[in-house]
This record gives sequence, C-alpha cells and structure tokens, in this order.
Amino acid sequence: MDMQNVETQLEELKSSLEALNKKTAENKLAMIIFSGDMDKVLASFVIASGAVAMGMDVVMFFTFWGTPVLRDKKKNVGGKDIMGKMFGTMLPKGTGDVKLSRMNMGGMGTAMMKSLMKKKNVASLEEMIALAEELGVRIYVCEMSMDLMGFTREEFIDYKGLGFAGVATFLQEAQNSKIQLFV
Amino acid sequence: MSDDIQVTKVFDLKGLACPMPVVKVSKGIKEVEVGQVIEAQTTDPGSLSDFPAWAKTSGNEIVKTEQEDKLIKFYIKRLV
Repeated sequence: MDMQNVETQLEELKSSLEALNKKTAENKLAMIIFSGDMDKVLASFVIASGAVAMGMDVVMFFTFWGTPVLRDKKKNVGGKDIMGKMFGTMLPKGTGDVKLSRMNMGGMGTAMMKSLMKKKNVASLEEMIALAEELGVRIYVCEMSMDLMGFTREEFIDYKGLGFAGVATFLQEAQNSKIQLFV
Repeated sequence: MSDDIQVTKVFDLKGLACPMPVVKVSKGIKEVEVGQVIEAQTTDPGSLSDFPAWAKTSGNEIVKTEQEDKLIKFYIKRLV
C-alpha cells in the first residue's frame, strides 16, 4: 500500500470519527416538567440536583401546567386581556400555590405534607429551586404555554440560567442527552 | 474516626434527606486534594446505596463504610 492510500484512509477515519463524536450523547439530563403538581415538580428537582451531583449537566423544560410553578408571587404585570387575567388568577402563582397530585383534601393534605417534610428535613420546593440555581441547572420555560396562558417573561422568578424557548430547543438538548425524562 | 485511615475533612450530613447527602458530598470532595480522604457522616439509610452509586459514577473511591446504629460513616478517597 502506498503513502497516498494510507493518507486517504486516515482522512476517512478522521471524518467518520468526527461524525461519530457528534452522535455521542453528552453526560446530560434533559427533563420536561409538564405537571404542575407539587410532588412531581419536587421529585423533578430532586432528580435534577442528584444528577448534578453525579457529574451531569442538567436542563429542565417547564411546559403547560408546569409553567405557572415558576411564576413569582411578588411580581405583578398589567396589561393582560380578559383570558390572560382569568388564567393568571386561576392558575398557581408560584411554588406556594401548588398542590399535591393526590391526597390534597382541599389543601389540608398539601399543608400536612409540607409540615411533615420540614419535620423529616426534606428540602422544600423553594429550597430545591434555589439549590438547582446554585448547582447551575438550566431552566427553559415554554413560550407557547406562556402565550396560551397569557404569561409574560416579567412575571417569572429571578433565576440565573432561566430561558424562554420552544420545542426545537428542547429537542436539540434532548438529542444529545444520555437521559430524557417527562414528568 | 477509623484508625488506619488519614481523614483530611469531616462532613456532618446527619439528618439530611435525599438528595442532600449526595449533593453535599459531591461538593465536599472538591475541598480536598486528589488522594486525600474525607469522612461523610449520614443518617439517611438511602445513602448506603447512593454513596457507592455516586462514587462509581464520579470516579471516586469509598475506602471504608462504618455503621453504628443509625449513623453511617463513609471514608471517601478523592481520585479525580
């Protein structure tokens, strides 16, 4: 085999290796938080922070019922239409308003669970979000859900690494993630 | 403290619930040099399986595990 041939083969090998590297999943976790239930969102943040501890890059997408969980109770925005005002009032305004998916019992169950969590030293949803921010967990809020429910960017929590995006952004992240979860 | 292991830093994670022990230990291990050993004390029974899983994934080594009633002591050597 002559040198020319070897070089050509080396080039082919290099380009196929590059193509392969592009296909290899990164050590990343991509999650969709569709649910707005307190327990499910809490579990999501437990997994997210655990994943960072395991050395993973984590990205969370909040969509549909998950969207209002990230609203900031202290922020008020005006200029909404009737539907927007209605959704704004009826949907939870932040972590303080979210309920358990089961055994809520008119709010009693959720209150009991919160006090039990405190007693058992389980971090609250607020604490878990603060931890996620500290750990560098990236969060995207679904623009389509926001538009549907009449939410503006201004009414979401202050969170380093908070972005607003659509399905393509999620898929791009999910495509090269080792783990993808839908909650 | 175990007699044959030189511990550089001790982390008191007693009373903490999942995922905090693993989150704290993953930060804590970076406070010592590679080759040094930390001692992590937990009371979370889940950490018995979680710490080895974390160590294996992160590439660190649990040199020794001790258990006294509810108290669990992990001796973890930083390898990476």
